[in-house]
Amino acid sequence: MSLVHEVDYGTPRSRAAKTVTLTIDGHAVTVPEDTSIMRAAMEMGTQIPKLCATDMVEAFGSCRLCLVEIEGRPGTPASCTTPVAAGMAVRTQTDRLKRLRKGVMELYISDHPLDCLTCAANGDCELQDMAGAVGLRDVRYGYQGAKHPDPGKDESNPYFTYDPSKCIVCSRCVRACEEVQGTFALTIAGRGFDSVVSPGMEEAFLSSECVSCGACVQACPTATLTEKSVIQIGTPEHSVVTTCAYCGVGCSFKAEMRGDEVVRMVPYKDGKANRGHSCVKGRFAWGYATHRERILKPMMRERIADPWREVSWEEAIARTASEFKRIQAKYGRRSIGGITSSRCTNEETFLVQKLIRAGFGNNNVDTCARVCHSPTGYGLGTAFGTSAGTQDFDSIEHSDVVMLIGANPTDAHPVFASRMKKRLRAGARLIVIDPRRIDLVRTPHVEAAYHLPLLPGTNVAVLTALAHVVVAEGLVNEAFVRERCDWDEFQDWAAFVAEPRNSPEAVAKISGVPAEAIRGAARLYATGGNAAIYYGLGVTEHSQGTTAVMAIANLAMATGNLGRPGVGVNPLRGQNNVQGSCDMGSFPHELSGYRHISGDATRALFEAAWGVSLDREPGLRIPNMLDAAIDGSFKGIYIQGEDILQSDPDTRHVAAGLAAMECVVVQDLFLNETANYAHIFLPGSTFLEKDGTFTNAERRIQRVRKVMQPKSGKADWEITLDIAKAMGFPMHYDHPSQVMDEIARLTPTFAGVSFDKLDALGSIQWPCNEKAPAGTAVMHVNGFVRGKGKFIVTEYIATDERTGPRFPLLLTTGRILSQYNVGAQTRRTENVIWHEEDRLEIHPHDAEQRGIRDGDWVKLASRAGETTLRALITERVAPGVVYTTFHHPGTQANVVTTEYSDWATNCPEYKVTAVQVTPSNGPTEWQERYDELARKSRRIAPFVEAAE
Amino acid sequence: MSPDKLVYMANQIGKFFAHQGHDKTVAGVADHLARFWDPRMRDAIIAHLEAGGDELDPCVREAVVKLLAAQHNAGANSKSS
Ligand code: SF4
Ligand code: SF4
Ligand code: SF4
Ligand code: FES
Repeated sequence: MSLVHEVDYGTPRSRAAKTVTLTIDGHAVTVPEDTSIMRAAMEMGTQIPKLCATDMVEAFGSCRLCLVEIEGRPGTPASCTTPVAAGMAVRTQTDRLKRLRKGVMELYISDHPLDCLTCAANGDCELQDMAGAVGLRDVRYGYQGAKHPDPGKDESNPYFTYDPSKCIVCSRCVRACEEVQGTFALTIAGRGFDSVVSPGMEEAFLSSECVSCGACVQACPTATLTEKSVIQIGTPEHSVVTTCAYCGVGCSFKAEMRGDEVVRMVPYKDGKANRGHSCVKGRFAWGYATHRERILKPMMRERIADPWREVSWEEAIARTASEFKRIQAKYGRRSIGGITSSRCTNEETFLVQKLIRAGFGNNNVDTCARVCHSPTGYGLGTAFGTSAGTQDFDSIEHSDVVMLIGANPTDAHPVFASRMKKRLRAGARLIVIDPRRIDLVRTPHVEAAYHLPLLPGTNVAVLTALAHVVVAEGLVNEAFVRERCDWDEFQDWAAFVAEPRNSPEAVAKISGVPAEAIRGAARLYATGGNAAIYYGLGVTEHSQGTTAVMAIANLAMATGNLGRPGVGVNPLRGQNNVQGSCDMGSFPHELSGYRHISGDATRALFEAAWGVSLDREPGLRIPNMLDAAIDGSFKGIYIQGEDILQSDPDTRHVAAGLAAMECVVVQDLFLNETANYAHIFLPGSTFLEKDGTFTNAERRIQRVRKVMQPKSGKADWEITLDIAKAMGFPMHYDHPSQVMDEIARLTPTFAGVSFDKLDALGSIQWPCNEKAPAGTAVMHVNGFVRGKGKFIVTEYIATDERTGPRFPLLLTTGRILSQYNVGAQTRRTENVIWHEEDRLEIHPHDAEQRGIRDGDWVKLASRAGETTLRALITERVAPGVVYTTFHHPGTQANVVTTEYSDWATNCPEYKVTAVQVTPSNGPTEWQERYDELARKSRRIAPFVEAAE
Repeated sequence: MSPDKLVYMANQIGKFFAHQGHDKTVAGVADHLARFWDPRMRDAIIAHLEAGGDELDPCVREAVVKLLAAQHNAGANSKSS
């Protein structure tokens, strides 16, 4: 194995369609118009020396090292800033150029510290490389030249250092922060020789606007910006391309290794989701993989009040199987079930649902997508015929209007947000529909054309009002609708949305959004060119989540914004493999590829392959499992990598459900909150320890590659195989690639997928089959998958969760950049520096009424329960609305969320809870009791004791 | 399973279809319950119907009646879990 080296072409790829031919050093080369001479040379394999250019950012032309001669033109232009022209004859190496380049390098080296041997970038430094490339052998000015100003090292960021003494002021970092990340945190302070890179107003990195994405570190040609891990460990010696295991963007990374130690994760330029960019989580927050709290041995206990006892794998697996069999014998076949993980690979989730359907003999399988995007599956499946987003991420580059609904991508999908911001800076217009003033409403060089700050719970009303404007003002794309959609259904729908009660004026009263803003946004969406909708959990996690997804689909169909690049309906998926776990048949009512379990032909296919007969009845969904547990008919559960106690609503109800079961098996990296109620704990493996695939929010299937052995001895898929065998349903696979082969055989949309093809193509967007052997970037191009697009009437029905005198405020929940979901991983990394605790955001007016000051402890109470946390007073939230995250178990934000859920899918209504906020001086009784339980429940008996 | 919760859920489904008129609502709810509710949930709501069907909205009640008929027609009840 060796390091995966990626070619740096010096300047970005030109998008021009027309090509030109020129000669470079006598060789003819043909490239797209607007390509730089530097890039054209590199395309034919000639590397012109360079320092300030790199292909992630636009050329700047400051170092003067990349000079070339052009026949018939005077002087020596910089090849990075000079575009090619037809018939041009370029020379990259002449005596004059050699002399000039040496002169430039001499100046750079004369004031650069020459501690190369002990420098962290030794061997990985472009300044060193260039000194070699230009043949620098002597520095006429000596090495004692005046140094640039050196304000000292900045080590404030937990993951990288800034050592200004090594800076060559090439400004690659500044441009990376602006162009790639879009944060504009860096500037060059001072002038001329005294200039120096500076975060913000000459602050430390940590206190600046920097979001720690790492783009500047990657862009820096010297050791000025360097990963601390490289300083500590040394430079890597081999690398493996893999996929981030955090969010649904699915960034590709090179895991750069020394032996089996990860040195750093470097975003992979060929990654089609991220195009070489990353965020703080994937780039830096992988330390959890070796955190001391990871559990590496299986454990068991009789009762949840007992301490854990470490046992062998054999014992733990045998016990799991015997308990499940005992329970089924006593309470019936349908008394057990399981949950697949959206964090695990496609192959692993497929195996868990197979174990449940074929081994347990029932369909009680669900996945955490239940609590996030199940309404997307139902809504888009009904309207278009597929349960997935319609576009690829590249599509954003063709959008003229972006409508963002209930999503906060700068925090939850940061790399996609950077790509979106880039397009917005280039002129696309933005509409934000969100109760909170999220960052994108106003961020450097981006300002939303419209922000519709609706009251939580009124999405459907507002979306239908937007449709009202489209219909009433004659903005329907009738040609599209007539050709692609069911015309009768369209007419029913159009008559419904045109009713006066759906007008912006009427909806303004319900939603709090001024009618004019709704009208303006609708006009812009319908007439502004290619318009794309991106939405998140702020749409789905409502009692009308599915209806809202349908309303979004209606809007896109009515305006013809489907079936080509730049438009579409795009759910932003939360977890890395939410899309994949849904595709793999993790829902109780459907097999892989979204085929209902009651379909006899589909079942027959699986029955033949698996050699068992399958239950034709849908199984229980997660909330139903918990209800059935309390009711006494559901007694055992196998939970793969999921923390339902922390992530699901109404914590007390979840706790009661788990406590009512006789055998709870948790397979995870850490003793999570759910494990407090577990009887058997099976230690899971991280994405670094196994092979497989994840599918991101754009349906892109990407490889996860093993870079180290599983620390517990088994990858997650191997554990599932062991349980299956012990249950009497052996499944034989030597490698996850064989599981994918089975998925491909059984799933029409995956028919053409294999590990070999993934290795060859890098990634594949499903559907991938005979009709689309390389996959499908944009869906529904010549018609909808279901045939005619289906318009659905979307009546607004107010949630029953209403404010009143006892609970006068509306709570809504969300995420922040540095933490991930329940935080099990990110809390075990240095990322805690940015988010030590969950805070309750409250408007100054509401705070003042209650005598609450910034930072005070407050009690947050709903009819479901109460918790305490500290207040953050901010105008980001509207009066009457409060907001918090749920990254820390101590906060227990879900103690207050209620059992209300989406009508179609039971996706919980996280985004609306009526609450009261009052000053408080400490944790609630529930928090104290729970702390005590968690402390007790996490005890692990010393091994000797266990042997007694 | 707690009939209150199931009744609430079933009525919620009914409200989505309500705009489509009586027949489509009844058919829509019955189909949804058959496709997405586990047998014990359907058995519980049928039991609730047989016990008087309190609080079930009219169309939803008809849908549950339909569900019951379908179970009789299918001959085998799925209670045997
Ligand atoms: S880490 Fe990212 S946000 Fe921070 S300064 Fe560098 S490029 Fe900008
Ligand atoms: S910190 Fe690195 S990238 Fe930025 S100007 Fe200095 S040398 Fe160039
Ligand atoms: S954007 Fe998502 S996938 Fe990409 S590095 Fe960050 S967490 Fe990982
Ligand atoms: S690389 Fe062209 S001027 Fe620096």
